[in-house]
Amino acid sequence: MSMLTVSGSPHIHGDDSTKKIMYGVVYAMIPAMLVSVYYFGLGALRVLLIASVACLFFEWVIQKYLIKGPITITDGSALVTGILLAFNVPSNLPTWMIIVGALVAIGMAKMSFGGLGKNVFNPALVARVFLLISFPVQMTSWPKPQAIINGLTDAITGPTPLGIVKEGLGAGKTMSELKPELPDYMQTLMGQMGGSLGEVSAIALILGGVYMLIRKIITWHIPVSMLLTVVIFSGIFWGIDPEHYADPVFHLLTGGMLLGAIFMATDMVSSPMTKGGQLVYGFGIGLLTILIRMWGAYPEGVSFAILLMNAVVPLINMGFKPRRFGAKPGVVIKTS
Amino acid sequence: MTGNVKTFPLGGVHPQENKLSANAPIETIPVPTQAFIPMGQNLGTPSKPIVNKGDMVKVGQLIAEASGFISTNIHSPVSGKVLKIDDILDATGYKRPGIIINVEGDDWDESIDLSNDIKEDIELDSKQIIEKIKEKGLVGMGGATFPTYVKLMPPPGKVAEYLLINGVECEPYLTSDHRLMLEKGKEILIGTKILMKALKVDKAIIGIENNKPDAINHLIELAKKYDGIKIQPLKVQYPQGGEKQLIKAALNREVPSGKLPIEVGCVVQNVGTAFAVYEAVQKNKPLIDRVVTVTGKGVKKPSNFLVRIGTPLQDLIDAVEGLPETTGKIINGGPMMGKALTSLEVPVVKGSSGILLMEEDESKRKPESPCIRCSKCTYVCPQGLEPFLLSKAAKLAKFDMAEKEKVMDCIECGSCQYTCPASIPLLDYLRLGKTMVGANIRNRNKK
Repeated sequence: MSMLTVSGSPHIHGDDSTKKIMYGVVYAMIPAMLVSVYYFGLGALRVLLIASVACLFFEWVIQKYLIKGPITITDGSALVTGILLAFNVPSNLPTWMIIVGALVAIGMAKMSFGGLGKNVFNPALVARVFLLISFPVQMTSWPKPQAIINGLTDAITGPTPLGIVKEGLGAGKTMSELKPELPDYMQTLMGQMGGSLGEVSAIALILGGVYMLIRKIITWHIPVSMLLTVVIFSGIFWGIDPEHYADPVFHLLTGGMLLGAIFMATDMVSSPMTKGGQLVYGFGIGLLTILIRMWGAYPEGVSFAILLMNAVVPLINMGFKPRRFGAKPGVVIKTS
Repeated sequence: MTGNVKTFPLGGVHPQENKLSANAPIETIPVPTQAFIPMGQNLGTPSKPIVNKGDMVKVGQLIAEASGFISTNIHSPVSGKVLKIDDILDATGYKRPGIIINVEGDDWDESIDLSNDIKEDIELDSKQIIEKIKEKGLVGMGGATFPTYVKLMPPPGKVAEYLLINGVECEPYLTSDHRLMLEKGKEILIGTKILMKALKVDKAIIGIENNKPDAINHLIELAKKYDGIKIQPLKVQYPQGGEKQLIKAALNREVPSGKLPIEVGCVVQNVGTAFAVYEAVQKNKPLIDRVVTVTGKGVKKPSNFLVRIGTPLQDLIDAVEGLPETTGKIINGGPMMGKALTSLEVPVVKGSSGILLMEEDESKRKPESPCIRCSKCTYVCPQGLEPFLLSKAAKLAKFDMAEKEKVMDCIECGSCQYTCPASIPLLDYLRLGKTMVGANIRNRNKK
């Protein structure tokens, strides 16, 4: 004993760390990654690799040459953004567009706000929406999933189920007329449909969600409140007019709904701090998603809904406080 | 386990228990050659010495008097000659006034009953008990060191309904209360009865965490003979022993923000205090010794010692076969709320419950990284606060905001900082916030 350490209590620390949480999210995405490679072949692998490497690279460049601060690319957060970005684009997206997306995600949505923990919006979603608006054709040409690896980017493309419904209903068709064109529930559950590479398989996404729940990386509040809102809201319209509105299960299993609910809306940095606030946040996302899907210009609305709700998180945080011990039980104390 | 196990509803963590010394019976260690007795051993104002250099004192003789309402008497824990009245290093790392006594023999004051007989009958009435507890210098033995007698005198208009005895010992490593309950169970129960009589209550609950089934069963067995005392097993969840958490767990009563337990009809005392009450009232013995756990992963013989107040910590370390070479930090108390010491010159005081020697590799904090807003600090806060927000408010010197967000409700349990994945020293900032807000409130009240 040469020198004694003197510091304030507590003197022990649980074994949790940012790195463990971030890599926990990466592990949770492994099933969806495997499924994407299975269905979309090397194209998916290409997108995953390029997006991840580009995100790590841009974070490194910005930290080293612009901020000239510590390099923290090993903390796993840039990798999570990279994989999520890949999950949110079609598997045949040109390489340079993926790189532009990575620059937007890391440079614009994350580092310009101050880096890890400071961003208001989910970086991967900012990039996705940026790409969707900038390159609408490439971002909505969806390779059809096939279990055979057939080249890199030359797969056959087709619309997503949500696209079929939006276009079909818009053209005056009914749901029963559209039914033959849509995948059945089993196919949507497994992921046999057109879409961004990480969003197609419900089973893989749920598996990842359960893993994150067990590891306590996420809590149930956001996904459950979001999905429940979707089921109830879409269920009401479907109940009234099943020929002109898709059923709730269809809404749950298609598009980015589960990817959004499990991996994007639950992003710690950009979601509310209290469980009450998280319920409201999930409700808002669910509501906006269905509004956009039913009446918006885009067939899919999860990304927009999450980004819009990201913007009101600071307000939600002010309005929803934890139950204070010693206040009247059950009363939420409002502070301005 | 035994019956229905209760717990508090908000937050909490479960650190590794590491009760290494749980099976080590209480050993009495020899009287030191020199005793260092700080004058500030209680929460409140320090005591005033009433002896002079060169005076001969006996064990149990009054050597310092209470200097106000929230203050206590101090009695000599040893016999011998007063060497000097001088500044001595205490656990806070500051030098503060104290009395240093050169020990000669072990000559006790005649008024103290040294027999081993257990005295059951409580002869004194409520007022006399409180007077006795005041006179014998008793403070809360759990670590907060609030003068015991003050808690026994509810302010006008407030009535006590329950006495809660805190045998939770939720701090990892510490076992002094556990051993005391096993070895001095009967005395603790009589002490509890005495406290009940003082408070004029007929219901008492002894709360014990479920990782001490032997103590729970032992006390349940003994308590059959004593009316009105219930043993309540509690879930192993930190900070179960927090006063407000204990009351909530045992009685589902919530002490309002900024108020004392008496507000919900409760008075909480530690098991060690109950034992000291027994000794003071039944044996006329002042608070001159206590049980101290000496433990740590590198310690050869983790132990529980009955030690005289004023014994230098070095003596305790010698009794566990010396300081491990790998020691990197010495903590007075447990790992969650204890204070890191700067030296082993510090003496045992009334509030010392344990000495924890931490290994070098577990002594340093992990490097801090940015807050990722995971909210885990909020989930684990037993007071329902938002530590991330309060720490930010303190960091930015927004103390009005910290006050509005209830920083003063923080019990400094450390659960937030223990949990934080980014290893942010949240509690450092919360303490800063509490200090500044506390000063603001005092200034406001002066006007």
